Amino acid sequence: MHDQMPHHEHSMVSSHFIKAAHQPIQARSWRTLAHRTGLEFKRHPYQSSLSIILFALLSLSGWAFFEWGVLNAVFLPDEAACQLARPEGACWGVIAEKYSLILWGRFPFEEQWRALTAVVMIMLTLSLSASGAMWRHGHRSWLYVSWVGCALFFEILMSGTFFGIDIHLGLTKVESELWGGLPLTLLLSIVSIALATPLGILLALARTSDMPLLKTFASTYIELVRGVPLISVLFMASFMFPLLMPGLKSPDVLLRVLAGITLFSAAYTAEVVRAGLLSVSAGQVEAAQSLGLGYWATQRYVILPQALAHVLPGLVNNFISIFKDTSLVTIVSLYELTGALGLALNGDANWRPFKLEGYLFIGLIYFCFCFALSHFSQKFQHSQHHHS
Amino acid sequence: MAILTLLGWLGYNTWFNLKSRGIQSGFDFLTESAGFDIGEHFLLAFDSSDNYGWAFLAGLLNTLKVSILGLIISSLLGLLVGTGRTSPQTLIRWCSRAYVECLRNVPLLLQLLMWYVLLIEYLPSSETPYSWFNAIYLSQEGLSMPMLMWQPHESNAFFDVQLIWSWPTMDRFGIHSDMNLSPEFIALTFALSLYTSAFVAEIVRAGIESVPKGQIEAAKSVGLNNFQISRFVVLPQAAQLIRPPLTNQYLNLIKNSSLAVAIGYPDVVSIANTALNQTGRALECISILMTLYLMLSLMVAWGMGRFKDASSLAIEKDQEAQDRAQQRPHRTGTSHA
Repeated sequence: MHDQMPHHEHSMVSSHFIKAAHQPIQARSWRTLAHRTGLEFKRHPYQSSLSIILFALLSLSGWAFFEWGVLNAVFLPDEAACQLARPEGACWGVIAEKYSLILWGRFPFEEQWRALTAVVMIMLTLSLSASGAMWRHGHRSWLYVSWVGCALFFEILMSGTFFGIDIHLGLTKVESELWGGLPLTLLLSIVSIALATPLGILLALARTSDMPLLKTFASTYIELVRGVPLISVLFMASFMFPLLMPGLKSPDVLLRVLAGITLFSAAYTAEVVRAGLLSVSAGQVEAAQSLGLGYWATQRYVILPQALAHVLPGLVNNFISIFKDTSLVTIVSLYELTGALGLALNGDANWRPFKLEGYLFIGLIYFCFCFALSHFSQKFQHSQHHHS
Repeated sequence: MAILTLLGWLGYNTWFNLKSRGIQSGFDFLTESAGFDIGEHFLLAFDSSDNYGWAFLAGLLNTLKVSILGLIISSLLGLLVGTGRTSPQTLIRWCSRAYVECLRNVPLLLQLLMWYVLLIEYLPSSETPYSWFNAIYLSQEGLSMPMLMWQPHESNAFFDVQLIWSWPTMDRFGIHSDMNLSPEFIALTFALSLYTSAFVAEIVRAGIESVPKGQIEAAKSVGLNNFQISRFVVLPQAAQLIRPPLTNQYLNLIKNSSLAVAIGYPDVVSIANTALNQTGRALECISILMTLYLMLSLMVAWGMGRFKDASSLAIEKDQEAQDRAQQRPHRTGTSHA
């Protein structure tokens, strides 16, 4: 029986080939298409019918959306035409009319080129960081330099001063209260990510350390913060923070909210990093110690590089959450993208009915950033798998 | 030491600031009359003469109402889409993928505002609602449905009740119904359930993909059909892996229900916000809010822990039974010798 098997199999394969060769080309390509898409009614009767129903539903709703969004839509900033088209057609004119308020918030109109330049600079630095070549050993310092440069230029461009000091560049001073829209969203998310990650690493190290007091403090902090919603932390930042600070003057609302988001997301980052720390085997610590490395050197050169590489997808997910969470600052009256949209449309009775189109527009912006980030993480994971 | 010093410093600042601004503090305001009305309340009655404590309770119940409904819907949808992600049908797989990516990559607040605007701006007014068989009405005022009501009989005895259907009625003043879901509630439920379901779907997919292929082939060779395979072979094993991240998502859903404040659904955060603005007791209101959420989180974590104990106990018992079955001949063998 055993030695007959291969022969039998061989004959089956060859007969299959012969059959396939005799069939007309058209029929064969249909068959492979059916096989690839899984639409084989004999093999999966229920799922195939479900597919067909889904296809019908999709084409119906796709057509309805196309009708609403393209065929009946108004693309010019013409309010009367928009009112006429409602509700059968979308009014994309609202974006043409209000884009500067949506994208840049209350930033003075004549100075908006500065906000645009700042955003373009951030995007360039981001795409530079996403390229694999920059992460190789010799180039990494250039990455740090470009981020520091980016941060300095951002501050100078947006405020017109150098951290409050006038440096006579001929730029008018813009208070941080007037910052808004996309630059504010990017600022809030990048700064909180940059601060929350090291803080989270420290918290994770504290939670896995041998010192009982430190350990208790870290776990209490992490569990407390993870148990409450971000909104309550933001309320705290805007109502309670002034009470906690010395004197009656308190830092401005942007800094308070930044501190709130950072402290909040550090707890989540810490849990991700802790999972990574636990995944590194204890032998690594022992080996490093037997080489004579101290605690910090062990963590810095042996443990953390492995731990962080293990949990990179989790970390990127965390970054995406922080990016999405910045939309909540609109509740404490900061006008980042979501808030700026409300600012642009709530005050204008003519355009207020077309909020949905505005939401779809900024939803698309958020989607592009988040999708690019998650795509980057998947690519990185894939390349890691290739290496190992 | 450093931490204690920091905490002491913050405490001193707070005390100093409170004193110098002449702000009253303490929880005595909870027994004062609230003076504001809550649009919708669940299970208990509330009017503006009730006190702040009662208002917080009403808000908490509203939070629970939306969270529990959200948990159920998001679990079902997540299970459906997560299974769809592993379907052999390309179209089903693509649709599930698109569903997950679209919902996961847009902030929940934005989705919530979108649903709300859609309900408020694109539905007909309550004078000309959509209606299905004069039983269900959908308009800008919300969704009205028939509801099963307890009706006491004439004798008023406790057990002498009858169940009757209360149907919504419509006249020129609008729709009257005993079961009316406000647009805020619908928008919040929709947004929370859909957003969370995308994450649940990814968790379910990871769980399903973790089950070795051999298991499915074995189940097929025993003659189980597709439904039986997923019900009795794949899902029980996937459940082990799914539980911890699922708990996290459930906790996230409850915490995310706090976004209700953005559309004016009277959940516990909205109530705390109103109370804070009226009384100026920021410290007290925010600490009450945080304590309530911490308690909710602990309760859910405890509940899911119980669930884990139950399921792992069952598996352990199974394992023990198997061990015993395997060991028995061996043991009897030794006793004979």
